[in-house]
Amino acid sequence: MKLTLHVWRQRSSQDSGRMVRYELADVNPDMSFLEMLDVLNEQLLSKGEEPVAFDHDCREGICGSCGFVINGVAHGPQRGTTVCQLHMRHYHDGDELYLEPWRAAAFPVVKDLVVDRGALDRIIAAGGFISVQTGAAPDGNAIPVPKGNADMAMDAAQCIGCGACVAACPNASASLFTAAKVSHLNLLPQGQPEKADRVLKMVVQANEELFGSCTNIGECTSVCPKGIPLEMIARMNRDYLSAALVRR
Amino acid sequence: MTATVPANARSSLASFYDSVIGKKVVMAVTGLILFGFVVVHMLGNLQIYLGPQAINRYAELLRVSPGLLWGARLVLLGAVGLHILTALQLAKRKMDARPQGYQKYTPTTSSYASRTMLWSGPILAAFIVYHLLHLTVGSVHGDFREMQVYHNVVSGFRVIPVSIAYIVAMAALGIHMHHGVWSLFQSLGVAHPRYTPLLKKFAAAAAVVVVAGNISIPVSVMLGILK
Amino acid sequence: MQLNSRIPSGPIEQRWDKCRFEMKLVNPANKRKFSVIVVGTGLAGGAAAATLAELGYNVKCFCFQDSPRRAHSIAAQGGINAAKNYQNDGDSIYRLFYDTVKGGDFRARESNVYRLAQVSVNIIDQCVAQGVPFAREYGGVLANRSFGGAQVSRTFYARGQTGQQLLLGAYQALERQIGAGRVAMFPRTEMLDLIVVDGRARGIITRDLMTGKIETHLADAVVLGTGGYGNVFFLSTNAKGSNCTAIWRAYKRGALFANPCFTQIHPTCIPVSGDYQSKLTLMSESLRNDGRIWVPVKKGDTRSPEQIPESERDYYLERRYPSFGNLVPRDVASRAAKGVCDEGRGVGGTGLGVYLDFSDSIRRLGEGAIRERYGNLFEMYERITGEDPYKVPMRIFPAIHYTMGGLWVDYHLMSTIPGLFVIGEANFSDHGANRLGASALMQGLADGYFVLPYTIGDYLANAKLHKVGGDHPACREADASVRERLKGFLSIGGKRSADSFHRELGKIVWDECGMARNADGLGKALEAIPALREEFWSNLAVPGTGEELNQQLEKAGRVADYFELAELMCLDALTREESCGGHFREEHQTPEGEAMRDDDKFCHAAAWEYKGDGAKPERHIEHLEFEYVKPSQRSYK
Repeated sequence: MKLTLHVWRQRSSQDSGRMVRYELADVNPDMSFLEMLDVLNEQLLSKGEEPVAFDHDCREGICGSCGFVINGVAHGPQRGTTVCQLHMRHYHDGDELYLEPWRAAAFPVVKDLVVDRGALDRIIAAGGFISVQTGAAPDGNAIPVPKGNADMAMDAAQCIGCGACVAACPNASASLFTAAKVSHLNLLPQGQPEKADRVLKMVVQANEELFGSCTNIGECTSVCPKGIPLEMIARMNRDYLSAALVRR
Repeated sequence: MTATVPANARSSLASFYDSVIGKKVVMAVTGLILFGFVVVHMLGNLQIYLGPQAINRYAELLRVSPGLLWGARLVLLGAVGLHILTALQLAKRKMDARPQGYQKYTPTTSSYASRTMLWSGPILAAFIVYHLLHLTVGSVHGDFREMQVYHNVVSGFRVIPVSIAYIVAMAALGIHMHHGVWSLFQSLGVAHPRYTPLLKKFAAAAAVVVVAGNISIPVSVMLGILK
Repeated sequence: MQLNSRIPSGPIEQRWDKCRFEMKLVNPANKRKFSVIVVGTGLAGGAAAATLAELGYNVKCFCFQDSPRRAHSIAAQGGINAAKNYQNDGDSIYRLFYDTVKGGDFRARESNVYRLAQVSVNIIDQCVAQGVPFAREYGGVLANRSFGGAQVSRTFYARGQTGQQLLLGAYQALERQIGAGRVAMFPRTEMLDLIVVDGRARGIITRDLMTGKIETHLADAVVLGTGGYGNVFFLSTNAKGSNCTAIWRAYKRGALFANPCFTQIHPTCIPVSGDYQSKLTLMSESLRNDGRIWVPVKKGDTRSPEQIPESERDYYLERRYPSFGNLVPRDVASRAAKGVCDEGRGVGGTGLGVYLDFSDSIRRLGEGAIRERYGNLFEMYERITGEDPYKVPMRIFPAIHYTMGGLWVDYHLMSTIPGLFVIGEANFSDHGANRLGASALMQGLADGYFVLPYTIGDYLANAKLHKVGGDHPACREADASVRERLKGFLSIGGKRSADSFHRELGKIVWDECGMARNADGLGKALEAIPALREEFWSNLAVPGTGEELNQQLEKAGRVADYFELAELMCLDALTREESCGGHFREEHQTPEGEAMRDDDKFCHAAAWEYKGDGAKPERHIEHLEFEYVKPSQRSYK
């Protein structure tokens, strides 16, 4: 099939950037979206032009490296799917596709479709861990964890940190990302000692990074490759409220 | 690497309000107060169907204790003020958080109501001012009579553009409530896979009831049911 | 060169204790005076960096990804083994040790494997305490499953995302240290050379992938946890960025490379669909429990599978291995699939695939039961191929997914360059010629959390290092050679992309040094690779500059190293005149077509020493003693 692509091209974070139009013939429906871009890049290279830069690594939907906005939707039209797992059979001959990077003040564009998501790491560094040093752990079965809690913690822990939630949120809020980590650790008995401190520090850090507020509209959940539910945000709000209210 | 400000390094209240969640809690609490108010207000309004005496007596009842009246008015004014102030700050935050928008943005799941809170809100703010001047102060009412609520309402709504303005404003209120009433629970941390869908239905029902109750009055006046 | 593996003496159960006791300690107050560079943030590197920082060392940590959380350990699905014996089914440290040595086809070092089994129990405790949400039973205790044909249930798992959860545990521990200022983290930074001063590893040269800045980082020791080299095949289950550059640069600076030909092939991957294919996706091995593998009896049969009657189907694994059937080990299943495809009986558009058919199981157990067991895998398959495996048989084909070979290390995980430690998949130590399922995660975390942090202390306490500045001739030389090399790529001005060379190289290596090897083919590869490499260096196209994010330049450097590694792999495969584990030499097989080891001549690890470009590397051997597990021949008939 033939496609028309409009791709955001930006040399560096200082550059202003613009959409550039490319025509691509002979797209195979069995290609993944990123393989389609590989083909585009080979084509650009053979013409002596610079290929489109995009982040990618595992190409099996788990590393969280890839992601951009396709026709206004983060990771494209298929739910629960990262761009690398999206295949071209979902498109038709003659389709026009608009590719834009994640847009948020906290995610400056590095080049083309590549953004800097270091802000998410800093939120984790602020409190998204359990302070247990190597060797200090009791036996794995010393503290039983109710299966329901373990399962729910796993639901939250599945987050791949791709940043699609921020990209899709009209407020560029990182609430779903932050809430997923807060919920994962706060649901487990091992996470209890630092529960209050964790949520306070992580929320403060999200603030510092210039992410927006959550307006509970659910775009984040809808584009999340792991389908992390909005309920996690309520859980974080609850933990935050109780931590903020009882703090001395 | 940005240094982290320790969460307890600043006054608790300031850092609470400063945070992305704190502001939403303020929106939720003030929203809850205003939700309670619109429900009670709508119930009060419906007494117009009981005739002039009933509703005029209700108006007098509200004014029995000036202290109570002004207390309530201050709480409401405070709630509205904080709700608006926080909304403005959140709107600024929203713009700061995404200085460059998308050339193409396609919502996938969010409701119309949820995406238009920043439009329905200002419409309501303008309406509140107009409504106070129209039926409380009376300065924009052609034939305003002190404490004669029934007369003021019926004569006010006989002016068709006024009725239409009220109906439009009530539609905005309904849209605002449709998202706001369930969203405030989420902001306060109340969510559950079993109960959240019910909360959403409750919000929609409350919005429909309040809007229908209120709109029925100008409609009845225009249809000549209330004379 | 005499390889000293520094294996402690005494009974195997006491060796690690003895070693730990004999090691010199660094005074707690002195630890902050030492600095350590850790390259790679997967299970091994991430765990090591976090633990070293907890101990008080100054740590600098590097990864090429944009965040340490994205290292390829994240993609491991199945689980992690540990000899906890929580299931009371007769497991023990000794049994895990025994299974791993045997599974490795007697080409691993017994003492290392025993230590691995010993610390496996600590790993689970550590991960639970970090908040890794392992699967639980209703009573709240940890759940286990049996994996990869093991007869005990010793595998701990977190749905199909065990690697992800373990990595996030290590990542969170690392972020905690970063937040506390005890680890300086350098994401999107690639190591391009090793600095060796007076025979000791003292630093690395890096390139900032965002700005192109070349920098010198110095330290008292360097740790490489940079993963395997499976991407030499271009198509593998590795992440696109996984590369051999760090270990290859270390090799060229004097570290010995052991057993490069030991690569593992996974039998159940989704086949290649076209020449645009960029990587292969693994489907969990558990599918073979209920799926039946077959191909048409007739060559070149293009009928769709449902049109092929039962009598014209060849369930070749069930036919050849009646007792194990579809559950034969990875290497056996893989070679059998290659065999039938070579005969022209492969299925799918490319002819490189076999059917994995669930229709019998669906008929027997119902679609619901199959959905419950494999629902997410079937979904993944459908997402990638567009075919519904409930209705049409899956097509699968083997793919490279792990490399047992790597830099040679002693019992302390130190390479032949003093001060250079190598952990996880990047070293060669624990899996011999074949790795068992759910053991890669175990080894990465064992090395990172529980082995390296002790042994590196011994090195630092003994080393008596003097200060080295960035203006030291060795630093200048390394810096200059990196710049020279990058300039080289940018100035060729040819026509072909690095990817196109990589793809072609991968095909040569896959055809001649893949699932089955023979002297003839390896000889051909050893001619074809240098020829293609020559074209690479004269016809490579790298647009843009070195002073910006330039993904083509990154690829060029990695592919250049793969060219050299591919040659060494073929040489190693040619020299090892036996079949063992993942290394199958067609000349060395039993009459039934099974791998035949030659324990008289090859009961050793082969470690190659770089002797300069164009010169033949020198082969050293470390003889392997099997005092506890006596070598035997595998049989699955």
